[in-house]
Amino acid sequence: MNFDKEFDASGLSCPLPIVKTKKSLADMASGQVLKVTATDCGAVKDMQAFADQTGNTLLSSTEEGGKYIFFMQKK
Amino acid sequence: MTKKMAIIATKGTLDMAYPPFILASTAAALGYDVQIFFTFYGLQLLRKDLSNVMISPLANPAMPMPVPMPVMVQMLPGMESMATMMMKQKLKKHGVATLEELRSLCLEADVKFVACQMTVDLFEFDKSEFISEVEYGGAAMFFGFAGETDICLFV
Repeated sequence: MNFDKEFDASGLSCPLPIVKTKKSLADMASGQVLKVTATDCGAVKDMQAFADQTGNTLLSSTEEGGKYIFFMQKK
Repeated sequence: MTKKMAIIATKGTLDMAYPPFILASTAAALGYDVQIFFTFYGLQLLRKDLSNVMISPLANPAMPMPVPMPVMVQMLPGMESMATMMMKQKLKKHGVATLEELRSLCLEADVKFVACQMTVDLFEFDKSEFISEVEYGGAAMFFGFAGETDICLFV
């Protein structure tokens, strides 16, 4: 999937993946896509909850070899 | 309309310092307008230097210990520093942010910190030891914000 910006939250625990996703989205334009990689399994439900509550769109949420990959489109 | 959350932080130990900062930074990331009212021992969390924020195994029987430790041993000199050091190592190993980092994230996200003026005076805290972003107020000021919140927590 194409993305405009990426950040690696590997090794970080709650709430850092969410808080840093929010910060990364801050300087992006509406419609742009942020790729986030995380190792905290709690991030799976948290990223969905973040999207539901902020109006951003979680385009995809997958797991690859112990890493969780998210694509978040800014609203 | 923007959602709001208010937290009353009354504890100044390492374990109890985390919930207010974790919840406040997360709520701010979700778009909430957040205010934390620090009172009694919670005021310790506003000091520029947080190195004195510690955890004690004493009177904390639910704290998981690497080896069972009788209370008589827990009260020996140096046990508090040791428990604090071990807890900080554990937090770091698991990628949990430091208190300083979480507090900075809260401030960056415009979480408002209010220190209870009465307890600042009661414990004779020196305001110059607190971070500059703190505002000072009383219970009535807190209710001005808390009365209109969606979530209000006492920690």
